[in-house]
Amino acid sequence: MTALPEAVSRGSRGTGAPSRGGRRGSREAAVLLAFVLVPFAVEMFWTFWPALNSVYISLTRWDGISPPVFVGLGNYTRMWSDETFRTALRNTVVWLVLFGGLSVLGGLGLALLLDRPRRGIGIYRAVFFLPVVFSMVVSALVWRMIYQPDGVVNGLLTAVGLKDQARIWLGDPDTALYALIVPALWRQVGYIMVLFLAGLKTVDPLLHEAAKTDGAGALARFRHITLPQLRPVSTVVLAVTVIDALRSFDIVWALTKGGPYHSSELLSTYQFSTGVLGSQLGYGSALAVVIFLLTVATIVVYLVRSLRDEEAA
Amino acid sequence: MRTANARLRPWLFHGGMGLLAALWLLPLALVLVTSLRTFDDLAAKGLASLPAGLTLEPYGQALANGELRAVGNSLLITVPVVVATLVLASMAAYGLARYRIPFRRTLLLLMLAGNLLPAQLLLIPVLKLTERFGVFDSRIGMIVVLTAVGLGFYTFVLHGFMRGIPQEVTQAARIDGASAAGVYLRIVLPLTKPAMAALGSLAFTWTFNDLLWAITLLRDETKLPVTPAILGMQGQYFSSWNVIAAATVVAAVPTVVVFLRFQRYFISGLLIGSSR
Repeated sequence: MTALPEAVSRGSRGTGAPSRGGRRGSREAAVLLAFVLVPFAVEMFWTFWPALNSVYISLTRWDGISPPVFVGLGNYTRMWSDETFRTALRNTVVWLVLFGGLSVLGGLGLALLLDRPRRGIGIYRAVFFLPVVFSMVVSALVWRMIYQPDGVVNGLLTAVGLKDQARIWLGDPDTALYALIVPALWRQVGYIMVLFLAGLKTVDPLLHEAAKTDGAGALARFRHITLPQLRPVSTVVLAVTVIDALRSFDIVWALTKGGPYHSSELLSTYQFSTGVLGSQLGYGSALAVVIFLLTVATIVVYLVRSLRDEEAA
Repeated sequence: MRTANARLRPWLFHGGMGLLAALWLLPLALVLVTSLRTFDDLAAKGLASLPAGLTLEPYGQALANGELRAVGNSLLITVPVVVATLVLASMAAYGLARYRIPFRRTLLLLMLAGNLLPAQLLLIPVLKLTERFGVFDSRIGMIVVLTAVGLGFYTFVLHGFMRGIPQEVTQAARIDGASAAGVYLRIVLPLTKPAMAALGSLAFTWTFNDLLWAITLLRDETKLPVTPAILGMQGQYFSSWNVIAAATVVAAVPTVVVFLRFQRYFISGLLIGSSR
């Protein structure tokens, strides 16, 4: 084989980069190109290409069968007068604030409580993390039993003499959305906890010791030592939370499908029922674009704010 | 006073935490117990009652009514997706991490960005694409789409991992005459095993738990994976809570098994995943 001297000369160069010349070199380059370009092309074809298509479809009226009709921004102006869209948008914002906010607070709280090594801490962590491995559909069915008219919540209310507060939690337009947030939180909090636990590992315990000898209380130490050190992980948690909150779909679809009377409709479920199940592909795509812009906007606003905070600090 | 306080604190901690943990597990206990009750027992006393006796019959009913097939469908989709994902992502990561390929940073970031696009933005065009290729309502279509839309994240994580492998290790093999593909197969892959285990268990869970793509791309009920299938069962067995509970437990078993088996990797996978 001719490979030997070639390999030796390459080794003596010692840069680690493969040499270009030679028959074998060009074959290697082809192999490497395939290594990178095949996965790249596969992913681009099924993500960016459809995404661009969605943007175009959002500018048309299309039932999926006859050819699409270009309507410009018609689908977007239609949203203004669409009552259901406004409900879905409001619910999505409520969802982002409540589901996002409470899962971050809960996850941070649990992480702080379970950070220091202690007996039994592994068991607690495992318990809170366990729901993360279930699908949202499994969580949904579990909680459906709790919310049933003859389920646990109403049973408890009756037992403590609040029978008149008992209701069909998922069937009542006033409570449906909030009843959906609880199982979503049950599954999300453990995930956020794990992220924060990893962030807390990077906090130097000596800093705490030093602050303690200087007489700083627990609250002061949390504000001035723990929180600043958690900043990098917080950015990650925020991105994860915003993305998860805005793409939340499964739990709503599994429990209420957005009902009753669209009272628990999110943009994601409305997009699915109009664009995928319904035949309004143009309008559905416009809704998808709105979800995308909302995600990007929320994350950009946060990044700009935290950059400004950093400059001020 | 201070010592009494110090002695009391662990009790307070375990008391509070124990209560919270019990509350966390309560929904699961409820499902497990319900899945073991008879229909008559539930019909007579309701869901929020103590069982009169326990039986495995609901499991038999759930499995006989298509759930076994649904679990099979899930595995027939999930296992190929996990394998294809790990193979493709590790190939791309290897090329991008170990060789000076032009625009490699851009390629990597584009792949990651593709992964972060919300699924809603892709649903309609992807549905049309699968129709055009004749893979709509088929397992192949599901496998291709679920693999493709996830690749960026796995590539990104593996890229970070492979960059951490010392240059000397692969250089030595190159001096011995190994080709790029040989180094990938014989040196880089074995060294990447922990990361692959972590990502594999994550990919398994995410794919197995998917609902949105399944209800978008599949119509034939006999092809449905278990996650959407148990939703359908809920309509079919409207008031047979014991059967629905049993079906729910069965649907959760595979991911719990993977989690327990790969627990160590699973959590580290979430962590490397979070530093994306």
